[in-house]
Amino acid sequence: MSEPRQSVSLTVNEERHDVTVPNRKHLADILREDLGFTGVHVGCEHGVCGACTVRIDGAITRSCLVFGVQADGAEIETIEYLSAQSETRDLVDTFVAENALQCGFCTPGMVISAAALLAETPDPTREEVRAYLSGNYCRCTGYQAIVDAVMMTAAGRRAAKGERA
Amino acid sequence: MSKQILRAPIGQSAPRERARRFATGRGRYTDDAASLRGLHAAFVRSPIARGDILEIDCDAARDMDGVVAVLTHADIAGRYRPWRAGNALLPEMKAPEQHALPPSRVNYVGEPLAMVVATSRALAEDAAEQVFADIDPLDAVADIETALAPDSPLIHEDCGSNLCVSLTSGNGKFGADFEDADLVIEDTLDFGRHTACPLETRSMLAEYDPGSEVLTLRISHQCPHQLQAELAKILGLGQHRLRVISEDVGGAYGLKQQLYQEDVLVCLAAMQTGRPVRFVADRLEAFASDNHAREHRVSARIAVRKDGRITGFELDDLFPIGAYPQYPRTSLGEGNHVLRMSAAGYDIADFRSRLRLLFQNKALIGHYRSVGHPVACAITEHMVDRAAAALGLAPETIRLRNFLSDDSYPRETPTGVHLHYLSQHACLDRLLADMDIAALRSEQAKLRGQGICRGIGIASFVELTGTGNGFYGPGGIDVSGQDGCTLKMEPSGHVRCMPSVTDQGQGTDTGIAQIVASVLGLEVADIRVLSGDSEITPHGGGAWASRGISTGGEAAWQAAQTLREQLLLVAGHLHQRDPATLELTEGHVVDASGAQITTISEVAHICYFRHDLLPDDMPTELMVTRHAVPRAQLFQATNGIQAAYVEVDTDTGFTRLLGHWVVHDGGTLINPKLVEEQIRGGVVQGLGAALLEEIRYDEDGQLLTATMADYLVPMASDVPDIQVSHVTSGTAEGALGAKGVGEAGVAGASGAVLNAVNDALGPFGATVRQMPISPRTVLTALRAAAASATTPPFEDAP
Amino acid sequence: MKPYPFEYTRVSSLEEAVTLLQREDEPRIIAGGQSLVPILAMRLAAPSRLIDIGGLSALRGIERRGDVLRIGALARHAEVMASAEVAEAVPLLARAISHVAHPAVRNRGTFGGSVCLADPAAELPAVCTALGATFEVFGSDGLRTIPAREFFLDIYETALAPDEILVAAQLPVACPKERFGFEEIARRHGDFAIVGLAVRARMEGTLFAELDLCFFGASPRPVLAQNAARAVIGQELTDETQQAAVSALTADLDPQEDAQADAEMRLHLAGVLLKRRLAEIAGKERQQ
Repeated sequence: MSEPRQSVSLTVNEERHDVTVPNRKHLADILREDLGFTGVHVGCEHGVCGACTVRIDGAITRSCLVFGVQADGAEIETIEYLSAQSETRDLVDTFVAENALQCGFCTPGMVISAAALLAETPDPTREEVRAYLSGNYCRCTGYQAIVDAVMMTAAGRRAAKGERA
Repeated sequence: MSKQILRAPIGQSAPRERARRFATGRGRYTDDAASLRGLHAAFVRSPIARGDILEIDCDAARDMDGVVAVLTHADIAGRYRPWRAGNALLPEMKAPEQHALPPSRVNYVGEPLAMVVATSRALAEDAAEQVFADIDPLDAVADIETALAPDSPLIHEDCGSNLCVSLTSGNGKFGADFEDADLVIEDTLDFGRHTACPLETRSMLAEYDPGSEVLTLRISHQCPHQLQAELAKILGLGQHRLRVISEDVGGAYGLKQQLYQEDVLVCLAAMQTGRPVRFVADRLEAFASDNHAREHRVSARIAVRKDGRITGFELDDLFPIGAYPQYPRTSLGEGNHVLRMSAAGYDIADFRSRLRLLFQNKALIGHYRSVGHPVACAITEHMVDRAAAALGLAPETIRLRNFLSDDSYPRETPTGVHLHYLSQHACLDRLLADMDIAALRSEQAKLRGQGICRGIGIASFVELTGTGNGFYGPGGIDVSGQDGCTLKMEPSGHVRCMPSVTDQGQGTDTGIAQIVASVLGLEVADIRVLSGDSEITPHGGGAWASRGISTGGEAAWQAAQTLREQLLLVAGHLHQRDPATLELTEGHVVDASGAQITTISEVAHICYFRHDLLPDDMPTELMVTRHAVPRAQLFQATNGIQAAYVEVDTDTGFTRLLGHWVVHDGGTLINPKLVEEQIRGGVVQGLGAALLEEIRYDEDGQLLTATMADYLVPMASDVPDIQVSHVTSGTAEGALGAKGVGEAGVAGASGAVLNAVNDALGPFGATVRQMPISPRTVLTALRAAAASATTPPFEDAP
Repeated sequence: MKPYPFEYTRVSSLEEAVTLLQREDEPRIIAGGQSLVPILAMRLAAPSRLIDIGGLSALRGIERRGDVLRIGALARHAEVMASAEVAEAVPLLARAISHVAHPAVRNRGTFGGSVCLADPAAELPAVCTALGATFEVFGSDGLRTIPAREFFLDIYETALAPDEILVAAQLPVACPKERFGFEEIARRHGDFAIVGLAVRARMEGTLFAELDLCFFGASPRPVLAQNAARAVIGQELTDETQQAAVSALTADLDPQEDAQADAEMRLHLAGVLLKRRLAEIAGKERQQ
């Protein structure tokens, strides 16, 4: 049987891509192999590790748990784009400054998840940060620098807001 | 060498260039490399633990869509040299022959049987399912008892038994009674099988250029030079025609340190097809075929006097290593560390240990961060705590009474390990202060009154870091204990730095840049580090045994000193000064008063473009390579101590981690922030080992933990904040005074948690003797204690 | 870890979905896919066609209809979690939902998907069973309803006919005298429970007038522990009634062995949860 395929239209990082893909190909592989967004990392392919987290239509999603055909018409944002946006750049800078990453393989997913947390909960406790990020596996850090970086970003944003007010 | 005071940026927490790249999605991990007309490999793996291969029928698979090649043993035999993992210093050690694909017998679930190469991974997997392997199943050897039983099946018939090797160590007579003992306590701990579980699975991409006969292997690996040397031998290629690139590596921890069958097979497939061949292990095959670690059953006896002095310690480690010793390092290291490092920090007159490596029909046991040390630490500290409890001593008291005294160094341990100095007393003092032990104990006592069961555990450890050349080389194993560093100053005065040590996130690159910048009076940003490419960097060890800074940094220091002297020589001539009076600072050559004479970039420029200004005999090379190897000692031993504070729910058996403290002696810290989180990361791996992680097989050798939903790794909410403090003591050699730090976190964490849980369970008379400490383990221990409590308490107490 | 090849259709009506269900050899409905995609990736299933119902707006939404809260099968876990209606009308669900997976999965995983997967250790089937919810299903004969307590048959097995699709769940709105309890024991946050318990009680003063105890992870399906409930119904919680309830669990549950726990440990943990949740409910009443 020949490989069943469909053409899909994906808007990735504000740019539209029309690609024909096997039905069985998950979005993470399409982003990486067909479109070159290698900042999307594949760690487990069964939805446990969180490395492939991207934003689909504004909501964080594991791109290994979505087939490309399901994402037809969706707007997708990956770390390559999000890390350069003003809404997340401070978080990225703090991750680097606080050494909240070592091998870096979890980092794109971790940063995108942490950004979503801060969007939902601008003033989290350390426990809330840990709970929210507990779907993102990091084998290198002790998670502490990650929690520190998120807390410092939140504090920095509060301070910036205070200055403006 | 001119002795310089260490200066900035050494000691500063400089951010990492790689971190910036990674956090913006610009990592260059192996599978990120595109390849034109690239092929993908999938493997047919053994579904059973032991059996004879009758036939492998690949006809249907070869006809499938997209399939380019299907390889079995018959297709590759003669095109590579099989290997044996032995050690020339241990001729009695059994080293059965290992093949890239098995000729006649499978020996563990997940062992590759056949390789399919196709135009996509999905198509390769489709075809792999159409390879029909007819295997006659045989009884598997899947547990320690079976492996030891005299009538058990032989995994390697030519080896005569399932015992790979047996070793003893120490200064006493193994098995003899202890003299000078008021009390002898015996116990046995079981350590579960783990795996390092890096987030990036093993990944590789081989390309062969038949024109130049050059094979390039991109691979997620810690030791590219080692792999280059081994693959050259196995594939019959010149080492100069084999390039191994490990640029960005998504976690390794020892798992990506050795040779796997797939490494050889992708190279063979690339050479056969003339096309790039890629293999990225999926998570299922990672659990089945990656190196595992740490399965031990350790029995120990500790002899103490009433005054709390430990007079004897005996340890017997049964260490099942899987179907073969791991090539090329063998699986000895882990057991060897248990054999030699247990109780290494205690002054014990009569210490003996025995180690037996056993074959089993399971995946191979290799190295995992802190190789053996966590086991050595846990068994030692468990026995010390048991002795303390029996004598009514506080855990810190018995340790203080038995630590090697601070004025007794340098010295040798009873197992022959050279100790330059250990700062155990200072570390313990600092730990007790950091954790405020008195306040913690009073809180613990108060909560016990409310039915809340908390425990405090301490675990002290001695670790070997920065291993030198004396370990593998004399054993006939081509694993380099030396490391090199090449510096190339560009005409602009900027530096390209090519160390042989590699960086999987530790920050080694940055630490080395800091060292080079410090010596040359430059900024970190002026140094560009290019590591992980065997074609451009000097041959060296790579990443193992916490050597990145302790050995690699030393090489960089020496190279930078040479380059500095060269620059000063030229500058001295140009400005009519004695080079010995000049210094490099802030991008300038300065004199003794600090006055700026010229810029480094000007000197570099002259060295490349203005030889007319220099005497003919003046050397002007600004490219320097230096190698460093620890010579004064085989290993650089250092030490640390950890404490855990836990709460055990005695109804459910669940253990919650409330606090964790580490005090470690890493010598000079080049970049404190990198050191601290690296230690914390190690601690979390140890916490996983203590409470969550276990690779499980059933009695037939079937793998039960095949996914990340089964193999439980610690996530952010499973671990507490971890306080890290440092004690700094000197080293035997080297200008920097840096010791290894990468493995300290793992070494003591699980032992501290074990002791904390047992402290919590103490009032119930229960003792946990198994890791991971699952809720089931705790409930079982509590039930056993309740059952035996029908006998009057303290009847069997000393 | 790549799935077998499959055909794929994103349907635009329930009728189209049902037609495909009837026509295909091995059809499989996909909604959020958060459980199905890993099953496919591991090649544990080989559907001939995935029927994507994700575009059916009729299956969306969370809406109060009199004394029931209607949750569309496609309601995402994140929507349920954020819903003020859910928090007010079905507090048991509000408590349970935060235990379901992790944020990125909750953004895509659906209420109906969790119900139809019928994982015996999952939270939502247990909540529906405890509350006596009703499921609206659509098939070739049109709409029908199935009580939640008759829906879950065995591990991954439901009362849905092969050509039926879950449309919505109707959960009864809590009344003032009702009290709820929820607890699960899992190795890590977001993991499937070793054992969990969802409780609905109607209190008359300190007496348990009605009591529904739904255990999950303790049997091959979510199970109402009726013997345990009978030991307490009509009475106050005392050491004796509590112990009687715990003892009765032996007759109610059919615990299985896995890596985390054997049957005996599961039963023990179920007893621990039962004691704790009943004590919590009874304790609050005594304070009032």
